[in-house]
Amino acid sequence: MPDRSPSLPAAGKMRHDGGSMERCTDPVALAQWYPLAALDEIAAPTCHDTLLLGATVTVERTTAGVCSVADGSRPLPARTRYGYLWTSLGDPDHEVFEIPECDEPDRRVVNAGSITVATSAPRAVENFLDMGHFPYVHTGILGAEPRTEVLDYDVTTGADGVLATRCRFYQPQAAAMATGGQISEYVYRVPHPYCVMLYKSNPTDPARMDVIALLNQPLTEETVRAHNLLCLLDDVSTDAELRRFQQLIFGQDKTILENQWPRRLPLAPDAEMPVRADHSSVAYRRWLSALGVTYAVIPAGSTA
Amino acid sequence: MITLYDYELSVNCYKQRLLLGILGVPYRRQPIDFFPGRQHHSEAFRQINPFGHIPVIDDDGYILADAHAILVYLATRYDPSGQWYPVADPHLLGEVASWMLVAEGTTSTASAARLHDTLGYEFDIDALRAGAHRLFRRLDDHVWFHERQGRPWMASAAHPTIADLALFPDVMLSDQGGISLLDYPALRRWTDRVKRIPGFTVMAGIYPA
Repeated sequence: MPDRSPSLPAAGKMRHDGGSMERCTDPVALAQWYPLAALDEIAAPTCHDTLLLGATVTVERTTAGVCSVADGSRPLPARTRYGYLWTSLGDPDHEVFEIPECDEPDRRVVNAGSITVATSAPRAVENFLDMGHFPYVHTGILGAEPRTEVLDYDVTTGADGVLATRCRFYQPQAAAMATGGQISEYVYRVPHPYCVMLYKSNPTDPARMDVIALLNQPLTEETVRAHNLLCLLDDVSTDAELRRFQQLIFGQDKTILENQWPRRLPLAPDAEMPVRADHSSVAYRRWLSALGVTYAVIPAGSTA
Repeated sequence: MITLYDYELSVNCYKQRLLLGILGVPYRRQPIDFFPGRQHHSEAFRQINPFGHIPVIDDDGYILADAHAILVYLATRYDPSGQWYPVADPHLLGEVASWMLVAEGTTSTASAARLHDTLGYEFDIDALRAGAHRLFRRLDDHVWFHERQGRPWMASAAHPTIADLALFPDVMLSDQGGISLLDYPALRRWTDRVKRIPGFTVMAGIYPA
Protein backbone atom coordinates (compact mmCIF):
# COMPACT_ATOMS: atom_id res chain seq x y z
CA MET A 1 0.00 0.00 0.00
CA PRO A 2 1.61 3.27 -1.04
CA ASP A 3 2.19 5.76 1.74
CA ARG A 4 -0.24 8.66 1.69
CA SER A 5 1.89 11.64 2.45
CA PRO A 6 0.42 14.06 4.98
CA SER A 7 2.03 16.96 3.14
CA LEU A 8 -0.42 17.21 0.26
CA PRO A 9 -3.78 18.88 0.85
CA ALA A 10 -6.84 16.81 0.05
CA ALA A 11 -8.43 18.09 -3.12
CA GLY A 12 -11.49 20.26 -2.73
CA LYS A 13 -11.33 20.60 1.05
CA MET A 14 -9.23 23.71 1.32
CA ARG A 15 -10.64 26.70 3.04
CA HIS A 16 -12.11 28.95 0.44
CA ASP A 17 -13.84 32.30 0.62
CA GLY A 18 -14.43 33.22 -3.00
CA GLY A 19 -12.96 33.33 -6.46
CA SER A 20 -13.17 30.52 -8.94
CA MET A 21 -12.56 26.94 -7.81
CA GLU A 22 -13.04 25.86 -11.41
CA ARG A 23 -10.22 24.55 -13.53
CA CYS A 24 -8.05 27.32 -14.86
CA THR A 25 -8.66 28.36 -18.47
CA ASP A 26 -6.04 31.12 -18.60
CA PRO A 27 -3.60 30.02 -21.37
CA VAL A 28 -0.73 32.00 -19.84
CA ALA A 29 -1.10 30.33 -16.44
CA LEU A 30 -1.62 26.88 -17.98
CA ALA A 31 1.65 27.09 -19.95
CA GLN A 32 3.85 27.56 -16.83
CA TRP A 33 5.78 24.99 -14.81
CA TYR A 34 4.63 24.46 -11.23
CA PRO A 35 6.17 22.75 -8.22
CA LEU A 36 3.95 20.04 -6.74
CA ALA A 37 6.02 18.59 -3.91
CA ALA A 38 9.47 18.40 -2.41
CA LEU A 39 11.05 15.14 -3.52
CA ASP A 40 11.93 14.40 0.12
CA GLU A 41 8.21 14.48 0.87
CA ILE A 42 7.21 11.91 -1.73
CA ALA A 43 9.05 8.83 -0.59
CA ALA A 44 8.77 6.03 -3.14
CA PRO A 45 6.49 4.26 -3.70
CA THR A 46 3.73 6.83 -3.42
CA CYS A 47 0.57 7.86 -5.22
CA HIS A 48 -1.63 10.76 -4.22
CA ASP A 49 -3.69 13.63 -5.51
CA THR A 50 -2.96 17.31 -5.21
CA LEU A 51 -4.52 20.45 -6.65
CA LEU A 52 -3.03 22.67 -9.34
CA LEU A 53 -4.91 25.60 -10.86
CA GLY A 54 -8.20 24.07 -9.74
CA ALA A 55 -7.44 20.69 -11.32
CA THR A 56 -6.87 17.48 -9.35
CA VAL A 57 -3.60 15.97 -10.53
CA THR A 58 -2.11 12.65 -9.47
CA VAL A 59 1.50 12.33 -8.39
CA GLU A 60 3.11 8.90 -8.58
CA ARG A 61 6.58 7.77 -7.65
CA THR A 62 7.74 4.25 -8.37
CA THR A 63 9.90 2.11 -6.13
CA ALA A 64 12.77 3.03 -8.45
CA GLY A 65 12.14 6.69 -7.61
CA VAL A 66 10.73 7.76 -10.97
CA CYS A 67 8.09 10.49 -10.70
CA SER A 68 5.12 10.93 -13.00
CA VAL A 69 2.13 13.26 -12.98
CA ALA A 70 -1.27 12.80 -14.59
CA ASP A 71 -4.42 14.84 -15.08
CA GLY A 72 -6.96 12.04 -14.98
CA SER A 73 -5.85 9.70 -17.75
CA ARG A 74 -3.74 12.39 -19.46
CA PRO A 75 -0.02 12.17 -18.64
CA LEU A 76 1.57 15.52 -17.82
CA PRO A 77 5.20 16.53 -18.28
CA ALA A 78 7.36 16.09 -15.18
CA ARG A 79 10.69 17.59 -14.17
CA THR A 80 12.76 17.32 -11.01
CA ARG A 81 14.61 20.56 -10.25
CA TYR A 82 15.98 22.06 -7.04
CA GLY A 83 14.61 19.18 -4.97
CA TYR A 84 11.03 19.55 -6.20
CA LEU A 85 8.75 17.79 -8.67
CA TRP A 86 7.43 20.17 -11.34
CA THR A 87 4.67 19.80 -13.89
CA SER A 88 2.57 21.80 -16.32
CA LEU A 89 -1.06 21.51 -17.36
CA GLY A 90 -0.21 23.10 -20.72
CA ASP A 91 2.58 22.90 -23.24
CA PRO A 92 5.34 25.21 -22.03
CA ASP A 93 7.76 26.58 -24.63
CA HIS A 94 10.49 26.88 -22.00
CA GLU A 95 12.05 24.84 -19.20
CA VAL A 96 11.77 25.45 -15.44
CA PHE A 97 13.53 28.77 -14.77
CA GLU A 98 17.18 28.56 -13.85
CA ILE A 99 18.55 28.89 -10.32
CA PRO A 100 22.25 28.26 -11.08
CA GLU A 101 23.24 28.69 -7.40
CA CYS A 102 21.49 25.39 -6.59
CA ASP A 103 24.28 23.61 -8.50
CA GLU A 104 27.10 25.18 -6.47
CA PRO A 105 28.57 22.33 -4.43
CA ASP A 106 29.14 24.25 -1.18
CA ARG A 107 25.54 25.42 -0.85
CA ARG A 108 22.85 23.99 1.38
CA VAL A 109 19.78 23.34 -0.78
CA VAL A 110 16.94 22.71 1.64
CA ASN A 111 13.16 22.58 1.30
CA ALA A 112 12.09 24.64 4.31
CA GLY A 113 8.51 23.45 4.04
CA SER A 114 5.41 23.57 1.85
CA ILE A 115 2.82 25.72 3.57
CA THR A 116 -0.71 26.42 2.38
CA VAL A 117 -2.00 29.98 2.64
CA ALA A 118 -5.53 31.24 2.05
CA THR A 119 -4.57 33.84 -0.52
CA SER A 120 -3.69 34.05 -4.20
CA ALA A 121 -0.21 33.22 -5.46
CA PRO A 122 0.36 36.81 -6.69
CA ARG A 123 -0.41 38.21 -3.22
CA ALA A 124 2.27 35.88 -1.83
CA VAL A 125 4.74 37.04 -4.50
CA GLU A 126 4.00 40.69 -3.82
CA ASN A 127 4.45 40.28 -0.07
CA PHE A 128 7.79 38.56 -0.68
CA LEU A 129 8.92 41.59 -2.74
CA ASP A 130 7.98 44.09 -0.05
CA MET A 131 10.68 45.38 2.30
CA GLY A 132 8.40 47.96 3.93
CA HIS A 133 6.77 45.39 6.20
CA PHE A 134 10.03 44.03 7.69
CA PRO A 135 10.12 46.12 10.90
CA TYR A 136 6.41 45.65 11.61
CA VAL A 137 5.80 41.99 10.72
CA HIS A 138 9.27 40.51 11.30
CA THR A 139 10.10 42.73 14.28
CA GLY A 140 13.57 42.23 15.69
CA ILE A 141 14.52 39.80 12.91
CA LEU A 142 14.31 41.26 9.39
CA GLY A 143 13.74 44.80 10.64
CA ALA A 144 13.27 46.98 13.70
CA GLU A 145 11.86 50.38 14.51
CA PRO A 146 12.91 53.16 14.11
CA ARG A 147 14.90 52.06 11.03
CA THR A 148 11.83 51.63 8.85
CA GLU A 149 12.72 53.59 5.71
CA VAL A 150 12.90 51.72 2.39
CA LEU A 151 15.73 53.37 0.48
CA ASP A 152 15.46 53.90 -3.26
CA TYR A 153 16.19 50.87 -5.43
CA ASP A 154 16.18 50.07 -9.14
CA VAL A 155 13.62 47.99 -11.01
CA THR A 156 13.78 46.66 -14.54
CA THR A 157 11.33 44.48 -16.44
CA GLY A 158 12.42 42.32 -19.35
CA ALA A 159 11.68 39.06 -21.11
CA ASP A 160 12.95 37.20 -18.01
CA GLY A 161 10.58 38.98 -15.66
CA VAL A 162 11.07 41.64 -13.03
CA LEU A 163 14.41 42.43 -11.39
CA ALA A 164 14.84 44.76 -8.40
CA THR A 165 18.42 45.67 -7.53
CA ARG A 166 20.31 47.87 -5.07
CA CYS A 167 17.81 47.06 -2.31
CA ARG A 168 19.11 47.65 1.22
CA PHE A 169 17.62 47.22 4.64
CA TYR A 170 18.90 47.17 8.23
CA GLN A 171 18.25 43.75 9.78
CA PRO A 172 18.79 42.77 13.43
CA GLN A 173 18.93 39.06 12.52
CA ALA A 174 19.24 38.58 8.78
CA ALA A 175 19.60 34.78 8.81
CA ALA A 176 19.51 31.75 11.10
CA MET A 177 23.29 31.95 11.60
CA ALA A 178 23.49 35.75 12.03
CA THR A 179 24.94 36.87 15.36
CA GLY A 180 24.27 40.61 15.05
CA GLY A 181 22.63 43.28 12.92
CA GLN A 182 23.69 44.12 9.38
CA ILE A 183 22.67 46.24 6.42
CA SER A 184 21.40 43.49 4.13
CA GLU A 185 21.63 43.97 0.39
CA TYR A 186 18.94 42.32 -1.65
CA VAL A 187 18.24 41.53 -5.27
CA TYR A 188 14.72 40.38 -6.07
CA ARG A 189 13.82 38.42 -9.16
CA VAL A 190 10.38 37.41 -10.46
CA PRO A 191 11.15 34.84 -13.19
CA HIS A 192 7.63 33.32 -13.29
CA PRO A 193 4.16 34.87 -12.92
CA TYR A 194 3.67 33.09 -9.58
CA CYS A 195 7.22 32.42 -8.29
CA VAL A 196 9.71 34.82 -6.77
CA MET A 197 13.23 34.65 -5.41
CA LEU A 198 15.71 36.83 -3.64
CA TYR A 199 19.47 37.13 -3.39
CA LYS A 200 20.62 38.45 -0.08
CA SER A 201 23.99 39.29 1.46
CA ASN A 202 25.38 36.41 3.45
CA PRO A 203 26.36 37.11 7.07
CA THR A 204 29.82 35.55 6.62
CA ASP A 205 30.87 35.80 2.96
CA PRO A 206 30.53 39.35 1.55
CA ALA A 207 31.35 38.18 -1.98
CA ARG A 208 28.41 35.81 -2.36
CA MET A 209 24.70 35.89 -1.70
CA ASP A 210 22.18 33.55 -0.12
CA VAL A 211 19.26 32.56 -2.32
CA ILE A 212 15.70 32.06 -1.08
CA ALA A 213 12.83 31.20 -3.41
CA LEU A 214 9.09 31.14 -2.88
CA LEU A 215 7.90 28.54 -5.38
CA ASN A 216 4.12 28.79 -5.50
CA GLN A 217 1.69 26.06 -6.42
CA PRO A 218 -1.65 27.82 -6.96
CA LEU A 219 -4.22 25.30 -5.68
CA THR A 220 -7.11 27.55 -6.69
CA GLU A 221 -7.33 31.23 -7.50
CA GLU A 222 -7.41 32.08 -3.80
CA THR A 223 -5.38 29.32 -2.12
CA VAL A 224 -1.70 28.74 -2.66
CA ARG A 225 0.79 26.16 -1.47
CA ALA A 226 4.11 27.93 -1.01
CA HIS A 227 7.21 25.76 -1.31
CA ASN A 228 10.05 27.52 0.53
CA LEU A 229 13.41 26.79 -1.08
CA LEU A 230 16.64 27.72 0.69
CA CYS A 231 19.97 27.75 -1.13
CA LEU A 232 22.35 29.04 1.49
CA LEU A 233 25.99 29.42 2.41
CA ASP A 234 25.78 28.14 5.95
CA ASP A 235 27.84 25.26 7.29
CA VAL A 236 26.90 25.99 10.89
CA SER A 237 23.12 25.63 11.22
CA THR A 238 21.29 22.31 11.24
CA ASP A 239 18.42 21.70 8.81
CA ALA A 240 16.08 22.04 11.80
CA GLU A 241 17.52 25.50 12.55
CA LEU A 242 17.33 26.66 8.92
CA ARG A 243 13.74 25.48 8.65
CA ARG A 244 12.82 27.01 12.01
CA PHE A 245 14.06 30.42 10.88
CA GLN A 246 12.29 30.33 7.51
CA GLN A 247 9.03 29.00 8.96
CA LEU A 248 9.10 31.67 11.67
CA ILE A 249 9.35 34.33 8.95
CA PHE A 250 6.77 32.72 6.69
CA GLY A 251 4.44 32.01 9.64
CA GLN A 252 4.48 35.74 10.41
CA ASP A 253 3.68 36.58 6.76
CA LYS A 254 0.86 34.04 6.60
CA THR A 255 -1.40 35.89 9.05
CA ILE A 256 -0.84 39.16 7.17
CA LEU A 257 -1.50 37.53 3.78
CA GLU A 258 -4.71 35.91 4.96
CA ASN A 259 -6.04 39.27 6.06
CA GLN A 260 -5.46 41.00 2.71
CA TRP A 261 -8.58 41.64 0.68
CA PRO A 262 -9.42 40.94 -2.09
CA ARG A 263 -7.41 37.75 -2.14
CA ARG A 264 -6.80 37.97 -5.88
CA LEU A 265 -4.31 40.64 -6.87
CA PRO A 266 -5.93 43.67 -8.54
CA LEU A 267 -3.98 44.73 -11.62
CA ALA A 268 -5.75 48.02 -12.37
CA PRO A 269 -3.23 50.81 -11.71
CA ASP A 270 -5.70 52.69 -9.51
CA ALA A 271 -6.98 49.65 -7.58
CA GLU A 272 -4.65 50.05 -4.60
CA MET A 273 -2.55 53.05 -3.61
CA PRO A 274 1.17 52.33 -4.04
CA VAL A 275 3.90 54.33 -2.32
CA ARG A 276 7.42 54.82 -3.63
CA ALA A 277 8.68 51.75 -1.73
CA ASP A 278 6.26 49.64 -3.78
CA HIS A 279 8.16 50.22 -7.01
CA SER A 280 8.83 46.48 -7.49
CA SER A 281 5.20 45.61 -6.78
CA VAL A 282 4.01 48.12 -9.37
CA ALA A 283 6.40 46.60 -11.91
CA TYR A 284 5.19 43.08 -11.02
CA ARG A 285 1.54 44.03 -11.51
CA ARG A 286 2.34 45.69 -14.83
CA TRP A 287 4.28 42.63 -15.95
CA LEU A 288 1.34 40.32 -15.14
CA SER A 289 -0.92 42.65 -17.14
CA ALA A 290 1.51 42.70 -20.07
CA LEU A 291 1.70 38.89 -20.06
CA GLY A 292 -2.09 38.77 -20.10
CA VAL A 293 -2.40 36.77 -16.87
CA THR A 294 -6.02 36.50 -15.74
CA TYR A 295 -5.84 33.63 -13.18
CA ALA A 296 -5.59 34.57 -9.46
CA VAL A 297 -5.69 38.27 -10.32
CA ILE A 298 -8.41 40.86 -10.93
CA PRO A 299 -7.44 42.09 -14.40
CA ALA A 300 -7.55 45.80 -15.13
CA GLY A 301 -10.95 46.78 -16.53
CA SER A 302 -12.62 43.74 -14.96
CA THR A 303 -15.70 44.27 -12.80
CA ALA A 304 -14.92 41.28 -10.55
CA MET B 1 18.71 25.37 32.56
CA ILE B 2 15.44 24.08 31.10
CA THR B 3 15.63 22.78 27.54
CA LEU B 4 12.41 22.96 25.55
CA TYR B 5 12.18 20.60 22.58
CA ASP B 6 10.37 23.01 20.41
CA TYR B 7 8.75 23.61 17.02
CA GLU B 8 8.09 27.21 16.08
CA LEU B 9 4.62 26.74 14.55
CA SER B 10 3.32 24.35 17.24
CA VAL B 11 0.57 25.72 19.49
CA ASN B 12 1.51 23.24 22.20
CA CYS B 13 5.15 24.36 22.21
CA TYR B 14 4.04 27.99 22.23
CA LYS B 15 2.00 27.35 25.39
CA GLN B 16 5.26 26.51 27.18
CA ARG B 17 7.07 29.57 25.78
CA LEU B 18 4.16 31.72 26.93
CA LEU B 19 4.27 30.46 30.53
CA LEU B 20 8.06 30.48 30.75
CA GLY B 21 8.09 34.06 29.45
CA ILE B 22 5.41 35.20 31.89
CA LEU B 23 7.20 33.55 34.83
CA GLY B 24 10.56 34.95 33.66
CA VAL B 25 12.19 31.52 33.72
CA PRO B 26 15.22 31.27 31.41
CA TYR B 27 15.24 28.33 29.00
CA ARG B 28 16.94 27.06 25.89
CA ARG B 29 15.04 26.10 22.74
CA GLN B 30 16.07 22.94 20.93
CA PRO B 31 14.40 23.13 17.50
CA ILE B 32 12.76 19.92 16.33
CA ASP B 33 12.10 19.66 12.60
CA PHE B 34 8.45 18.65 13.03
CA PHE B 35 7.58 19.71 9.48
CA PRO B 36 8.64 18.74 6.93
CA GLY B 37 11.37 16.63 8.59
CA ARG B 38 9.11 14.69 11.04
CA GLN B 39 12.07 14.60 13.39
CA HIS B 40 9.70 13.88 16.32
CA HIS B 41 9.19 10.42 14.81
CA SER B 42 12.92 9.74 14.55
CA GLU B 43 14.57 7.01 16.60
CA ALA B 44 16.77 9.61 18.31
CA PHE B 45 13.76 11.64 19.44
CA ARG B 46 11.89 8.55 20.61
CA GLN B 47 14.71 8.02 23.08
CA ILE B 48 13.56 11.29 24.65
CA ASN B 49 9.82 10.74 24.25
CA PRO B 50 8.73 7.22 23.23
CA PHE B 51 5.34 8.62 22.16
CA GLY B 52 7.11 10.76 19.56
CA HIS B 53 5.42 14.09 20.15
CA ILE B 54 6.41 17.56 21.21
CA PRO B 55 6.78 19.55 23.38
CA VAL B 56 9.14 17.89 25.84
CA ILE B 57 11.14 19.64 28.55
CA ASP B 58 14.35 18.58 30.16
CA ASP B 59 14.70 20.40 33.48
CA ASP B 60 18.10 19.45 34.81
CA GLY B 61 17.56 15.79 33.91
CA TYR B 62 13.84 15.70 34.71
CA ILE B 63 12.14 14.92 31.40
CA LEU B 64 8.46 15.57 30.90
CA ALA B 65 6.25 15.39 27.80
CA ASP B 66 2.68 16.53 27.05
CA ALA B 67 1.85 20.20 26.74
CA HIS B 68 -0.64 20.47 29.56
CA ALA B 69 1.36 18.30 31.94
CA ILE B 70 4.37 20.53 31.39
CA LEU B 71 2.29 23.63 32.16
CA VAL B 72 1.23 22.02 35.47
CA TYR B 73 4.82 21.19 36.34
CA LEU B 74 6.29 24.56 35.39
CA ALA B 75 3.62 26.56 37.20
CA THR B 76 3.84 24.43 40.33
CA ARG B 77 7.60 24.61 40.45
CA TYR B 78 8.39 28.13 39.23
CA ASP B 79 5.44 30.35 40.15
CA PRO B 80 5.98 31.58 43.72
CA SER B 81 2.62 33.42 43.67
CA GLY B 82 0.75 30.12 43.33
CA GLN B 83 -1.77 31.81 41.04
CA TRP B 84 -1.09 30.09 37.74
CA TYR B 85 -1.76 26.60 39.13
CA PRO B 86 -3.63 27.30 42.38
CA VAL B 87 -2.91 24.16 44.40
CA ALA B 88 -3.91 25.90 47.64
CA ASP B 89 -7.49 26.46 46.45
CA PRO B 90 -9.22 23.12 45.73
CA HIS B 91 -12.30 24.64 44.07
CA LEU B 92 -10.24 26.80 41.77
CA LEU B 93 -7.82 23.96 41.04
CA GLY B 94 -10.72 21.74 39.99
CA GLU B 95 -11.90 24.39 37.57
CA VAL B 96 -8.41 24.81 36.12
CA ALA B 97 -8.21 21.04 35.54
CA SER B 98 -11.62 21.13 33.90
CA TRP B 99 -10.70 23.93 31.48
CA MET B 100 -7.41 22.21 30.71
CA LEU B 101 -9.50 19.28 29.47
CA VAL B 102 -11.51 21.65 27.30
CA ALA B 103 -8.17 22.84 25.92
CA GLU B 104 -7.40 19.25 24.91
CA GLY B 105 -10.61 19.50 22.91
CA THR B 106 -9.75 22.82 21.24
CA THR B 107 -6.29 21.50 20.37
CA SER B 108 -7.68 18.34 18.78
CA THR B 109 -10.31 20.29 16.80
CA ALA B 110 -9.32 23.91 16.06
CA SER B 111 -5.57 23.33 16.01
CA ALA B 112 -5.92 20.07 14.08
CA ALA B 113 -7.95 22.01 11.47
CA ARG B 114 -5.02 24.41 11.25
CA LEU B 115 -2.64 21.48 10.60
CA HIS B 116 -4.98 20.35 7.83
CA ASP B 117 -5.27 23.74 6.16
CA THR B 118 -1.68 24.88 6.62
CA LEU B 119 0.51 21.76 6.50
CA GLY B 120 -1.83 19.46 4.58
CA TYR B 121 -2.58 16.82 7.20
CA GLU B 122 -5.33 14.45 6.10
CA PHE B 123 -8.09 14.91 8.67
CA ASP B 124 -11.88 15.10 8.45
CA ILE B 125 -11.88 18.87 8.21
CA ASP B 126 -15.65 19.38 8.36
CA ALA B 127 -15.87 17.39 11.62
CA LEU B 128 -12.93 19.30 13.12
CA ARG B 129 -14.41 22.70 12.31
CA ALA B 130 -17.85 21.70 13.61
CA GLY B 131 -16.27 20.43 16.83
CA ALA B 132 -14.28 23.64 17.26
CA HIS B 133 -17.37 25.79 16.77
CA ARG B 134 -19.27 23.82 19.44
CA LEU B 135 -16.46 24.40 21.95
CA PHE B 136 -16.00 28.06 20.98
CA ARG B 137 -19.73 28.74 21.45
CA ARG B 138 -19.51 27.26 24.94
CA LEU B 139 -16.31 29.19 25.74
CA ASP B 140 -17.77 32.46 24.46
CA ASP B 141 -20.85 32.10 26.68
CA HIS B 142 -18.67 31.21 29.64
CA VAL B 143 -16.37 34.18 29.23
CA TRP B 144 -19.34 36.52 28.78
CA PHE B 145 -20.78 35.43 32.13
CA HIS B 146 -17.41 35.71 33.82
CA GLU B 147 -16.99 39.23 32.44
CA ARG B 148 -20.33 40.18 34.06
CA GLN B 149 -18.99 38.82 37.35
CA GLY B 150 -15.76 40.82 37.07
CA ARG B 151 -13.44 37.80 36.78
CA PRO B 152 -12.93 37.63 33.05
CA TRP B 153 -10.74 34.50 32.88
CA MET B 154 -11.53 30.84 32.37
CA ALA B 155 -11.39 29.80 36.03
CA SER B 156 -13.39 31.78 38.64
CA ALA B 157 -10.52 33.97 39.76
CA ALA B 158 -9.54 37.61 39.35
CA HIS B 159 -6.32 36.46 37.67
CA PRO B 160 -5.45 34.17 34.73
CA THR B 161 -4.34 30.57 35.24
CA ILE B 162 -2.60 28.01 33.04
CA ALA B 163 -6.06 27.11 31.70
CA ASP B 164 -6.08 30.47 29.87
CA LEU B 165 -2.64 29.79 28.40
CA ALA B 166 -3.65 26.26 27.37
CA LEU B 167 -6.65 27.62 25.42
CA PHE B 168 -5.21 30.85 24.03
CA PRO B 169 -3.11 29.60 21.06
CA ASP B 170 -5.87 27.26 19.81
CA VAL B 171 -8.35 30.13 19.82
CA MET B 172 -5.97 32.80 18.54
CA LEU B 173 -4.82 30.82 15.49
CA SER B 174 -8.18 29.18 14.70
CA ASP B 175 -8.60 31.39 11.63
CA GLN B 176 -5.73 29.43 10.05
CA GLY B 177 -7.99 26.36 10.24
CA GLY B 178 -10.93 28.16 8.65
CA ILE B 179 -12.65 28.85 12.01
CA SER B 180 -13.47 32.55 12.25
CA LEU B 181 -13.83 34.27 15.63
CA LEU B 182 -16.34 36.71 14.14
CA ASP B 183 -19.26 35.20 16.07
CA TYR B 184 -17.39 34.98 19.39
CA PRO B 185 -16.95 38.57 20.63
CA ALA B 186 -16.37 37.64 24.30
CA LEU B 187 -13.69 35.18 23.25
CA ARG B 188 -12.01 37.91 21.17
CA ARG B 189 -12.02 40.28 24.17
CA TRP B 190 -10.48 37.49 26.27
CA THR B 191 -7.66 37.00 23.70
CA ASP B 192 -6.89 40.74 24.02
CA ARG B 193 -6.69 40.36 27.80
CA VAL B 194 -4.28 37.42 27.49
CA LYS B 195 -2.09 39.54 25.20
CA ARG B 196 -1.84 42.18 27.93
CA ILE B 197 -0.54 39.79 30.62
CA PRO B 198 2.91 41.10 31.67
CA GLY B 199 5.62 38.97 30.04
CA PHE B 200 3.35 37.88 27.16
CA THR B 201 5.33 36.67 24.13
CA VAL B 202 4.23 36.19 20.52
CA MET B 203 4.70 33.36 18.06
CA ALA B 204 4.67 33.39 14.26
CA GLY B 205 1.18 34.48 13.28
CA ILE B 206 0.26 36.11 16.60
CA TYR B 207 0.86 39.83 17.09
CA PRO B 208 0.96 41.92 20.29
CA ALA B 209 -2.20 43.68 21.49
